[in-house]
Amino acid sequence: MSSATPSTTLGDYPRSWRRPPLLIRSRTWRYVIFFLALAYLVVGIGSVDVDWTRVADGMERGSRFIKGFLAPDFTTRWRDISQGLMESLTMTFTSTVAGVLISIPIGVGAARNISPGWAYGLCRSIIAVSRSLQEIIVAILLVAFFGFGAFAGFLTLTFATIGFIGKLLADDIEECDPRQIEAIRATGASWLQLVSYAVQPQVMPRMIGLSVYRLDINFRESAVIGIVGAGGIGGTLDTALSRYEYGSAGAILLIIIAIVMLSEYASSQMRGWLK
Amino acid sequence: MLDIIALNKTYRTGDRALDDVSLTLPKGQVVGLIGPSGAGKSTLIRCINRLVEPSAGEVRLNGTALTSLSGQGLRQARRRIGMIFQEYALVERLTVMENVLSGRLGYVSFWRSFTRRFPGRDIARAYQLLERVGLSDHVDKRADALSGGQRQRVGIARALEQEPELLLVDEPTASLDPRTSRQIMRLLTEICRENELPAIVNIHDVLLAKQFTDRIIGLRAGKVVFDGRPEELTENVLTEIYGAEDWQAMRNGAMESAEDEADARAQATRLFETT
Amino acid sequence: MSPVETSVPVWRRRTPTAQLAIWALWLGIVALFVWCCEEMTQRTIWSFVWDAPQAAADIASRSWPPRWSYMDQLWSPLWDTLNIATLGTLLGTALAVPLAFLAASNTTPSRLILRPLALFCIVASRSINSLIWALLLVSILGPGLLAGIIAIAFRSIGFVGKLLYEAIEETDLKQVEAITATGASKAQILNFGIWPQVLPAFVGISVFRWDINIRESTILGLVGAGGIGMQLQSSLNMLAWPQVLLIVLLILATVLCSEAISSSIRKATI
Repeated sequence: MSSATPSTTLGDYPRSWRRPPLLIRSRTWRYVIFFLALAYLVVGIGSVDVDWTRVADGMERGSRFIKGFLAPDFTTRWRDISQGLMESLTMTFTSTVAGVLISIPIGVGAARNISPGWAYGLCRSIIAVSRSLQEIIVAILLVAFFGFGAFAGFLTLTFATIGFIGKLLADDIEECDPRQIEAIRATGASWLQLVSYAVQPQVMPRMIGLSVYRLDINFRESAVIGIVGAGGIGGTLDTALSRYEYGSAGAILLIIIAIVMLSEYASSQMRGWLK
Repeated sequence: MLDIIALNKTYRTGDRALDDVSLTLPKGQVVGLIGPSGAGKSTLIRCINRLVEPSAGEVRLNGTALTSLSGQGLRQARRRIGMIFQEYALVERLTVMENVLSGRLGYVSFWRSFTRRFPGRDIARAYQLLERVGLSDHVDKRADALSGGQRQRVGIARALEQEPELLLVDEPTASLDPRTSRQIMRLLTEICRENELPAIVNIHDVLLAKQFTDRIIGLRAGKVVFDGRPEELTENVLTEIYGAEDWQAMRNGAMESAEDEADARAQATRLFETT
Repeated sequence: MSPVETSVPVWRRRTPTAQLAIWALWLGIVALFVWCCEEMTQRTIWSFVWDAPQAAADIASRSWPPRWSYMDQLWSPLWDTLNIATLGTLLGTALAVPLAFLAASNTTPSRLILRPLALFCIVASRSINSLIWALLLVSILGPGLLAGIIAIAFRSIGFVGKLLYEAIEETDLKQVEAITATGASKAQILNFGIWPQVLPAFVGISVFRWDINIRESTILGLVGAGGIGMQLQSSLNMLAWPQVLLIVLLILATVLCSEAISSSIRKATI
């Protein structure tokens, strides 16, 4: 094929084209930002001082860990592992149930469309505090208050669950169909009737899905807060690692991965079933 | 010149989409392919550039047997065949120019295409084609900022940028309004005549087909039931093709086309498997 | 939007037996909850719990006011924390991108071997919290920033990898088909057909993960992986509560800043 139009030749057209810049139009600014990013990388990577002899020593331990992971040792510390696991699971379940129960009134209070202004402000600030505090930091404080053990862990996870479920529930209620709320209000229903007739049916299925999802998150977190003394499998893992028992550590990690995979599968099944 | 010899396609579901289709396309001829949905129109043109694998038969383009190619050879054959799609199938987030230049992907190395440094000749040609289809002012716009008719023009320019020896056109007007449809069909047929480019236009609008094509082929249930000049397309012939009263066949057709799609999708998802 | 038609509560549609089963399920949950509470409270030392309000009041009074002068010693660990989060995110996303392409069912080169392997890597990385990664890496590499960066990267792989491969699987097939029809090679199809479609998702996911990583990197120091958590750990060990309070406030401020930055970047790009 020669050319699309006989009247013009290819020579009449530009032979180069640059893609227009995506974000920053000014060329200077592009260069400035590029060099700043580069400078940051250089400085940032430079600030990582690595003790290579220590790393070389560690490689041997790393290979032992990988061996431990591939040939996990479930038996030697089985008593500790099963106890930690039991603690983690009970902590997960109780804290999810308690957290969800507490977060319902808070979530309802934090929904602008059905709650009075003072309740809105109060509940939103509870949620904000719960969401911005790291679980680990909360766990440290609660361990300091309540002593070591699963009870502090239970409180930590309950507190975190309140922020998570409360916010999503409040956002969900705010997205509810206003016509339904208006219709129920027009019948002269009381506030409680309003919530149970107009709001609850609209948000219930998603709430169950979210609770199952939070159960999954809480298990993962319960494996961590044990490191700071709040009970559960995390403490067992910490002990195993500090004793350099990589076989047991590998076994614990595999159990955690298996339970997370299982619960993820179950929660996706459950959410599919609820739809 | 395109030769299709005894082409058969049976999907894994057992449906026969193409049943011994044979036809020859001389240089510069624009063929309209009509038939009820599910008659195998889409399958036929996708078997030519092997987006769908034919089960039996042969396709030859200017002497090359396309059906026996694989890997590099298939890619080199595909770049000789331009294709225009029903819903434009532009890469929405790329600029108009990048979409047109993507027609050259079969000719340039990965590195050149990755850095968008296409040869000067390709760029000049892209500018020329964009002028030909009337989009000179939209070179640097993103494809998703254009109207339907404009997008289809970009699609045409992309196909022509390949400097094809054959155009495959799949329902070019299905998502356009009547006026734009005529403009697009006119543009397509003009370009084909200017360049003596053979084209197969798969089209459901019989009036448009009669007005703009040189030859019409009627497909029904995977078989060629009509092959002649547009004037010869009488009411009787149309009844034979579309089976005005044979609703059963139409329904089967609809089901079949859904299966076709599923199968095409399954094939496309295996695009990257090396096995 | 609000699912008006679809949100008719499921349980009302059920037959009486199914209704019974649902009640049984609720009952089971309550029973399990009670049993779990029993199990948990058996090991609780209640005298500590009853003392908790006193302990809390005691600690609160001892930590007020925060020791502002300690701030001088916190700038450098704070900088380390930012580095851990940022470099870890960069490393993690760089590793996650190829993994996501291996894991997505429409771009994987081998369905039987590489895809399950990539999926396992993603799940393993997701199920292990960055603090546990840090614990492992500190025990292997020794304490310091490097362990923190790698821990953050390992945790990010799973997060970014999962969301990215889901985005890849949702790409529009027609655009990919059109690029294939031009005779493009597989690498070119990825570059022209798929990458532009997932780019916005990729930017959003990475920035979101960076935000989460800032949060997580503040505590990695508790297990020795560098950053401001190290100062927290030593202050806790010394029972220097005014310092603890200052560090917690600083962490809170950092987290709020990073959240603001990430949400404004995500708004700008989408």
